[in-house]
This record gives sequence, structure tokens and C-alpha cells, in this order.
Amino acid sequence: MIKAILIFNNHGKPRLSKFYEHYSEDTEQQIIRETFHLVSKRDENVCNFLEGGMLIGGSDYKLIYRHYATLYFVFCVDSSESELGILDLIQVFVETLDKCFENVCELDLIFHVDKVHNILAEMVMGGMVLETNMNEIIMQVDAQNKMEKSEVSWTPPVPCMCMT
Amino acid sequence: MSDVVEKTLTALPSLLSLDSQPGAAKLSSTSKLGNLIRGITELTSKHEEEKLIHRELASIKEQVSSPNTSMRQMKELMVRAIYCESLGYEASFSYIHAIKLAQQGTGLEKRVGYLAVSLFLNENHELLLLLVNTVLKDLQSTNLIEVCMALTVVSQMFPKDMIPAILPLVEEKLNHPKEIIRRKAVLALYKFYLIAPNQVQHIHNKFRKALCDKDPGVMTASLHIYLQMIQENAEGYKDLTASFVSILKQVVGGKLPIDFNYHSVPAPWLQIQLIRILSLLGKNDQRTSEIMYEVLDESLRRAEMNHNITYAILYECVKCIYTIHPKSDLLEKAAKCIGNFVLSPKINLKYLGLKALTYVIQQDPKLALQHQMTIIECLDHPDLIIKRETLELLFRITNTQNVVVIVEKMLEFLRMSTDDYTTIDLVGKVAELAEKYPSDCVCFSYKNYTYAPDNEWFIETMNTVFSLSGDTMQPDIPNSFLKLLSEGFESVEEDRKLRLFAVDSYVTLLKGETGKLPQFFLQVISWVLGEYSHLSEELKPATVLELLQKLLDRKQTSSETKSWALMAMTKLCEGRAGVSVAQQVSETYISSMDTVLRQRAQELQHLSQDSELRARVLPRDADLEPLEVDSSLSFLDGFVSEALAAGAAPYKPPHQRQEELSQAKVLSLEPYGLSLPISMSSCSIADRQSPTLLSMSSGLSGDSTDLSHKGGSTTLKFEGVKRVWGKEGYLAQKESVEEAVQVEAPSPLRSTSQQAEVVGSHSQTPTLTPTPEPEQEKQQLASSLFFGISSQSSVCLMGKSGPTPQRFRRKAKGQSSSSGATEQMSNSVVFTSTTVDNLLCNNPPDSTITSEVDVSSSKHTSELPQGLTAANGTCDIEAELTDSDLKGSSPPLSGDNGLENADPDPHENLDKPQGVCLSSHLPAELSGLCRSEITPLCTLQNLDLSACHVHREDTIVLVVFITNSSDSAVQHIRLDLDSELLEVSCVSESPAKDVRSVAVYLYSLTVRRPAVHVELAGTVSYQVPVGTPQTAQFSYKLPLTAFIRPLTVSTEEYGTMWLAFSHDTKQNLTLINDGQEPLVATLNVLRKKLQLHVVEVIGVEGILACKLLQDQPCLMHFRVHEGALAVWLRSPVPDLPDCLIYHCQRALQEH
Repeated sequence: MIKAILIFNNHGKPRLSKFYEHYSEDTEQQIIRETFHLVSKRDENVCNFLEGGMLIGGSDYKLIYRHYATLYFVFCVDSSESELGILDLIQVFVETLDKCFENVCELDLIFHVDKVHNILAEMVMGGMVLETNMNEIIMQVDAQNKMEKSEVSWTPPVPCMCMT
Repeated sequence: MSDVVEKTLTALPSLLSLDSQPGAAKLSSTSKLGNLIRGITELTSKHEEEKLIHRELASIKEQVSSPNTSMRQMKELMVRAIYCESLGYEASFSYIHAIKLAQQGTGLEKRVGYLAVSLFLNENHELLLLLVNTVLKDLQSTNLIEVCMALTVVSQMFPKDMIPAILPLVEEKLNHPKEIIRRKAVLALYKFYLIAPNQVQHIHNKFRKALCDKDPGVMTASLHIYLQMIQENAEGYKDLTASFVSILKQVVGGKLPIDFNYHSVPAPWLQIQLIRILSLLGKNDQRTSEIMYEVLDESLRRAEMNHNITYAILYECVKCIYTIHPKSDLLEKAAKCIGNFVLSPKINLKYLGLKALTYVIQQDPKLALQHQMTIIECLDHPDLIIKRETLELLFRITNTQNVVVIVEKMLEFLRMSTDDYTTIDLVGKVAELAEKYPSDCVCFSYKNYTYAPDNEWFIETMNTVFSLSGDTMQPDIPNSFLKLLSEGFESVEEDRKLRLFAVDSYVTLLKGETGKLPQFFLQVISWVLGEYSHLSEELKPATVLELLQKLLDRKQTSSETKSWALMAMTKLCEGRAGVSVAQQVSETYISSMDTVLRQRAQELQHLSQDSELRARVLPRDADLEPLEVDSSLSFLDGFVSEALAAGAAPYKPPHQRQEELSQAKVLSLEPYGLSLPISMSSCSIADRQSPTLLSMSSGLSGDSTDLSHKGGSTTLKFEGVKRVWGKEGYLAQKESVEEAVQVEAPSPLRSTSQQAEVVGSHSQTPTLTPTPEPEQEKQQLASSLFFGISSQSSVCLMGKSGPTPQRFRRKAKGQSSSSGATEQMSNSVVFTSTTVDNLLCNNPPDSTITSEVDVSSSKHTSELPQGLTAANGTCDIEAELTDSDLKGSSPPLSGDNGLENADPDPHENLDKPQGVCLSSHLPAELSGLCRSEITPLCTLQNLDLSACHVHREDTIVLVVFITNSSDSAVQHIRLDLDSELLEVSCVSESPAKDVRSVAVYLYSLTVRRPAVHVELAGTVSYQVPVGTPQTAQFSYKLPLTAFIRPLTVSTEEYGTMWLAFSHDTKQNLTLINDGQEPLVATLNVLRKKLQLHVVEVIGVEGILACKLLQDQPCLMHFRVHEGALAVWLRSPVPDLPDCLIYHCQRALQEH
């Protein structure tokens, strides 16, 4: 199971955090900080897996991360997930974001947190991998956007909130 | 990297102002979120950010609570609140508005509302109850998007007690025409299964339907559930193996639509999931494993493309092949795969290769030999994660010959490590290794040093461990170290030397700089000096006292350490000088604020003045005979009865107190309108017209369940406060019992002569290899690391995988029991070494790298004495086996459970006739009553233990039979029973002290805390005339139904009781349809199987009552609705309704 998905930038500013297990607000922030601390001091040419932070951790847990330009994508998973599988899932996630936002950059994540969350929700649901096929994910997200658009159009004068 | 950030930051303002850009349209300059973000990026300090966000939050708060805010504005506000929360600022005022938005918004607004809810709240949050109605409504919506949103939020978090309310709706979605809905419904049900498995028990066949769904996506989703369920109970799903295999075959064969390909690999994640499931199913099961060999082979073959994801599949295959029943050609291929992983230049693959090696090392130690040079290289890898993984691997292959080198490597890593988690983990491992091997004296050379895992090595290693670990160490490490030291080893002389060495080294340490030593270490030092410094002849007590006094005077010394030091001084203060120092010190601390210190100071003062008393209280060299501890505290009986007579309230255990408290609390929360359960049933689960009513009442009671749960766990726990080594310590007795049990753990057999020869043969080898200098060094390191792995020492490996860690194996308390263990061991030594040898034969060693070690190991094998020459073939072993006492015991290949249960099979054969004759030993007053079958508990050398439980009207009586099968009498039988969930009280013990045939023990049981099954753990110890005491452990399990009795009440009484009870559960059960009226038929079955009392049946409703012994009622209300039976249980006891529901289900299923 995936316990948490974190995205933060090179300075440790959180850009997206999704926890599939309950932690208190403070613990969540601490986890983000600790994870950033662990991940950021790793060189580029080392493996993408990290074991056991104290907070989210224990021996059963693992951090699997990828670093893209200014952003770190970190998945915290337990032993029931395949390490390499998750690593490619991160790739799928990023490629999907890239397609949805046309050349995704950090700003897109800042301004469209809700949209990023929606994309993520089509991929991972309650900590379980729901869909790994990029086209399928985009189709679902688009379908929802379309239906909402049409819905919005007949509810009187509410201007639609710019969807791509 | 940082310039990219800078670019982003500098681009930000311009981006925000440019409306024409495609992305910028979304971030219109007037957007408030845009303003906020721009504001934040312009700030320079954390403090300013705080100020800005607080201002922002205040403005959001004002707007959300204004009645004029439209839903659209609300949505915008929520996004801003989410942003603030993600930066770590609390916006709890907005939670309720998020729920409102999800409830009242449409389309996008609703979606943002749900998103905010799922980010803000957790499943225990009280506000979440308000969401239940919204979810119910959206699940029934005709808008697919709304259904999807509801399912997503449900799988993220949903209050456990509310699951019954939406379960039928989610179940319904399994038949939805859209596959995305079906898929999400499956995952939502999986979530329910995780948080409340009882509630979804009845829909297991629907899971099967999902597995066979025509859409592969739905099937994939259902695998999550199966993986989990098979992990919990593989036996129940063996029949599905063929289906999983055929699915995997189709996937691997490319039968899925091309859309499922990822980098032209067909559905890789699906493959991974399937292989995991197969490995769980095939574990320890040859027949099931055979079904999957072919497809695994196919997967291995197909996954040859050079992409990340194919390696993921390969890795799963390899792990699976090593988990299931072995097949030699697959093993060979898997070993090759591991080789590719380990040798790969890609670090991720190397990491996984090491992981795989660590995983398979117990079955195939030779594989480590093959890759020994790579492993050595990984030890110096720049990536710390790789390094740690390598150490983990080495930890698994440690044996007497290489322990020194491996520990040295670990300490090296520890010295560099800055990460707490790693430090704690490694310290534990080093301590474990050091304690395991200290007394074995094998010398060999490595880098021209002579290392020997002897006393000095042990003490020095432990010193390093203690000083490196800081104060993060787990307390059981110093505990067990001191225990080892005080209990000593087999030889008295060795013990003396070890202690002496410890004393000397500690005195040296204390004389030096003590500032950096962790408190734990100082405590250990104090104790050792107090206890053993008299062993040293040169060392005067006065010197030690002076050192301890210095320690006391230091500011950094914690008060706990100080009390240790004071205790040590109490033991040492003799002679005139000693007494004066003691007086001086005690005067300082006698007025300390710390009560413990004050007590120690008092003790010191009194005992230093009275040397006779001191000798009595703190005898030197007292043998560690177990102290008799009166755990029932009966010596306080007088005091208690006096207090009671004086009018004190009787003692209530904490859980009872909590219980009453929570009961008192929830009583008033019951809504007024509901007077009789029959009228309440109009809002049962299936009735969707009035979900509010339902959610109110059961939601409230749900809270109270939680409360008392928490209360239950706050009972005192004594594990943390072990003081095992102090002679003053009360726990000494308990510890020694545990230890005596652990003695049964296997101990590797070695004779020194063998080892000497091994050493001799080995020490010659390095000189023969003319290799370049650094290479040679590595090779030497390799040969010292991998020394002895190939043949005999694999015994240690196998032994280690056993369930009990053999920390304290050295001193065998009971002579005869230890010899028994030895006997067993010698058998399994033969066995395990052959299995390893067989593996070796199947896989001829790669001679280029490993020749050195192989030579030494093959020599080694040939030099083994008779008992161990198992490599010759199986006939030897058979001969040995028939000679031994343990006929019929067949240690399985894995060695996992080889030694735990001596011989289950013969016992089962004996059971039936024995059961008949045992029943004649039942006491007369129990003989006519309903009872369970007599089941065997455990078998010892001379004794057989069996038990059954007898149902009496007011209690359950556990009857334990002890049968003496030998001729000689058995004395001092002691039977201790214990259970977390049960209260056990002894009714009568067999009067006879010596047992010649059968002894009967009776216990009456009452339930403390209900559970579906309750289990008792017990220990039996006894003595034969010649020989030392023996012990064994056993357990006995009985269903909760044994404790259920009918409760006779009238309908009126039922009505008032119903309202008073706070814990409830609801669920739908299947009706029995066999001819007669289904409700009556079902109730009859339940009444008979569970001993219930039928209070009344009116039309489609029935009420029943029962009680849990003693007098804990549970009321049940049944109602037929749409072909199902809606059940509602209520009780004052938490968990009781849940457990009973489970048994009702079982009873109906079995019918």
C-alpha cells in the first residue's frame, strides 16, 4: 500500500502532499521535512530507494523517489509494493501531468493543486494503485472536466473556471 | 538545479501579469490565490510568511462565514485554505465549510469540496459524520462523476461505524455498467475490508465475481483484495491458484488489449501483483507450486527486454521462485537473474540484487559465495543505502568464523552513521551478534591481526556499541548484556575472567574522560563495578568508590544514572574509608528532590553503617536462584480487608472503571424519540429513506465504543520497567522462567578440534594466491567474511531462522532438558546440512572465484566426525533417524519450523483412544455436562497434556489432563495459565504431588474482554526424580460462544435494557430457506448453535437475548427485509456485538 505521496521542490517547499494514512497535522509537516532532509542530501548517482525514516518508517516502509529539475516526487510505500514498479508509476504520473498541463512546471503544481489532486485520484485511490495507463487516466480526467463544463453551462451565469 | 529554481522565481511575477499566455489565463492577475502566492514568493523570512498567512486566514475566515458568499466563491476560498494548510498552517475553521461545499455545490465545486474534506479531515474526525449523508446521496446520483467522487472519498476515509449505512449501495455498484465505477467500488470495498473485515464477510463471492469481470481493470483492482486475504489465510484460496495462473498466462502471452502495454510490456503492474499472489499461495505447498512452475518459467523468459519495468517483473519472479516449493531448473535461472542484478552497473538493480541475495541466502548460501567479490565492493560503495543493505546481508550469514570481521565492518559503518534510525538498527544487530558468539575461541588472521571472538573481544565490542549508540539505544540491549554477565557461561573460570576484564576496562574508562559516555553505558559500568570489582585483587574498593563519587559529582550525569551509582556504592562501602565516603555521599543526596535518589541515599546510609545487614541484603556471589514472587500480592490481604472494613471502596480493575465511566457518559446521548427497539427497526440499514436518524443514533454509540477501546489500552504495562539484573529486582523469577524455556532453542554444535583443523586448513590458503596487493586484500577480506558458509556453518544459518532468537543459549539451566535439545539438534544438523549439500549438488559452484573457500570447505566436510558426515547420502540419515528417539519427526526442507514441534503426527494417532480413556478421569460433577472434545496440548518427554472445556450453567470449566506415560513418578508439577482476554481461576488441583498416571486440573474461566476466539497460554513445569526441572509451553483456544448462555427476559425488560446499552453493531445476514418460515428457521438455528433465548417473534421481526458469563447481556433484534436478515445487536460490553455477529454468520454458514 502507498502510505503517502509527497512533492516538494529543491528548497523543501511542499507542493503537494497526500497521506493515505492518518497522521496529525504536525506529524505530516514533520514527515515532509524529514523526507526532504533525507532525499535532498542524496547524490544524483545513487539508488532511488531509501529505507526507514523514523516517523513514517519502521523497517517495513520505504521511500521511493525521483528528482525532476526543481521537484522531488516521493512515494512512501510498505513492503507490499514493488520498488521498481512504483518508480515507473512516478514516471507515469509525471508524464500524465506533463500531458495535462502541456510542459508541466512547478508553477502548474502551485496554481492547480486541485487539478493535480484530481489526476492523482485517478491513479491512486485510497493508497491502492487504480490505474497505470496514462491514456486511460487522461481520458477519465477529461471526461470529468467535460461533464462539469456542460453542467456549468446550463446553470446560469457562472463563468467556467478555465480548464484546458 | 538552483538556477532552474531561480528562473522559475524570476519568471513568476511576469507570468502572473501576462494574461495572454496559455497558462496565465488560469492565473489571472486578479485571482486571489495568485496574489497570495505572489505575496509569499516575495517574502524573505519565515516570520513574514507567518504574518502574511495569518492575515490571509483571517480574511478567508471572515468570508466563509458570511452568508452572502456564493458556492463559487466558496470553492475559491477552499483552494486558498488548502494552500495554507499545505504550508503547515491550520485552517480548522474551514473544515465545516468544506463539508458544506461537498454537500451543496455542483460539479467542480463539489469536487473541490470533497478534495478539501479528504485533505483536511481523517477518518476519526467527528465532522466526518456530517459527510455521510452527502456520500449516500451522491452514491445514488445518476451523475457518474458524482458517484466517482463519492467512491473516491469513501476509499480515502470513512467512519468505520457508518460502513453498514453505505455498504449496500457500494455493493450495488459492483454491477454497474461502467467499468470505472465497478473498479472504484472494488477498491472502496477493499478499504472496508481493511478497516472492518467483519462487515464485508458476506460479499466474498462478489469479490470472486469481480475477479472474473470482463474488464481487466476491474480484475486488477480485485487483486488488491486477494493479495490481502491470501496474506492472511492462504489455505482458503488455494482453489483460485489455477485461475491466477491462467490470468498470468494470458497476460504474459499478450492476450490483453494493446492499451495495457507499458513500454511494450503487457500490463507489468498486473503481472507483479499476480506473481506476488502466486508466491503466497505456493509457499510450503508442493502441489500448488507445481501448478505455477510453467508460467513462472514463461514470465522469466519473456521478461528479457532491457527496461526498468521488466526488471521489476524479474525481481518478483525470483522472489517467488525462492519462496515456493523449490524446483531446480527454475532455481538455477533465478540464481542467474540475481547474478545479473548484483552485477548490474545500475544502482537500483544492484540494490534489489542485494535484497534478493539477503532473501535467498538462507536457502542458498552458496550464492553469496559466488558473488563475494561484488559484495565486498558494495561494502565500500559510496551509496549508504547499498552499504547498509550489504551489512544486512552479511548479518544473515554470520557464523563463528566470520563474526569478528562482520562486526568490525558494522562498527565502521556505525562510526560514520548520522542517522538515528540506522544507528538503532545496527546497534541492535551488533549487540545480538556479539552476545551470540563471544565464548567461542577461534583464532585466525586477517590483515595480520589476530582476531578472536573471545571475552575481550566481547567486552570491547560492547564498549564500542555502548559508546557509539548514544542515548538512542533500545533498553533491552544493556539489559541482556548485564544478564549475560551475571548468569555467566558454562565455566566458572571463564566467567571470572570475563567479569574481571569488564571491571578493568571500565575502571580505565572512568579514569579517562567520561563526558562523552552515554547514560546507558554509565549505568552498566556502575552496576558491573558494584557487583564485580571485588574480583580484582589490585583494585581497592576505595578507588572504585572514588570513581563513582566523581561520576556522581558530574553535572551531566542524569539522576537515573546517579541512582545506579549509589546502588553500586552501597555494595562496595566497606572498611573505614568506604563508610566515610558513603556517609558523605548519602548526606548530599538524602535531601535530593528526586525520590528515587533519596531512597538510594537512605539505603546507602543505613547499609554502610550495618555491615551485617548489608551482607544479608546484598550477598556477594549469590547464586541466581529464582526468587519466589507472590504475584497475587497475598501478603496485602490483611491490609485490604482492614481497609474494606473501614469503608473503602473495593478495587476495580482499570478496564472496569473505564467501562463504567463510558457507560455513564453515553447514556444521556440516546435520542428521546425511540422507545422500543421494534419501532426503531423502521430505520434499519436497508431503509434509505431516513439515513439521518440512523446515522445519528449509531454514530453516537460508535463514539463511545472508541472511548472505551482507548480506555482498555491504558492499563498498566510492565514491559518497559524491567530491572532484570538487580538482586533487589522483583522480576528475577519471571525472567528465569523465560530463560529456562529459551534453553530449548537449538544451539549449533561444534567441537574445538574440528575448528582447529578448519583454521589450520584455512590459514594456509591466502599465502598460496599470488595476486596484486589491493586485490589480495579484498580477497582476504572475502575469505574471512565468507568463511565457513559453504557446509557446516549453514547449520547456524538454519538455526537462526528459527522462531526463538537464541540469545541466552549458553548457560543451560536444566541439564536434562538441554541434553534433550541437543539430541534434537543433532538430528536436524544432519538433516539441514544434507539439504544444503543437495542444493550444492544441483548447482555446481562457480569455481573461478570461489575455489579458495571451496577447497577449505570441502576439506572441512571430509574432516567432520561420524555424526555429521551426511553428505554421503540419504541412507545415513535414515539410519540415524530410526536410531533416535524422535521417530516420525521430519524436519521440513526450509528448516523454518523444524525444531518447534517435536512430533505432531504420532500424537494425533494416539489421540482418539486416549481421549476416550481420559474422559473417564473427568470429575463426577462434570461428567454429565456438555463438553468439547479432548484435544492434546503438548507432549514432553514423560508427560502428555490434554484439555477440554465443560459448559456449566454459570461458568466454563477448563479441564487439563496430565498423563504420565513413563514408569517413574513425576514431581512438582506446576501449571500456570495466563490470558489477556480471560480471567483464570483455579478450581481444584490434583492433590497428588507425584503423578504416576493421570492428574486432572480444573480452572474456571471468565471473559475479561470479548474476542471472536479467546486463547489461553500456559506453562507446565515438572521434575522427574532424577534430573532437573523441565518446562514446556502450550496454548488452548476456545470460541466465544462457549461463554454465551441464554438470558431470560420479558419484552418489557428487553425494551428498557435496549435503551441503556451503548455498544451496537448492525449487519445483514442470509436467511435460511428450507421449507418452513425463514425467520423462525433462522432463529432456531441461531438459538441452538449459540444458546440464545428467543424473547418474542412478531411478524417479520424477532428479538433474542443472551448473556456472556457472568451476567453481561447482549440483545439482538432481527428483521426480515428484502430477503435478507437485518440484525442489530446491542450490549453494554464493547466488542461483544461484533464478536457475536461473527459467530451468527458462522453458524448460518455452517448450517
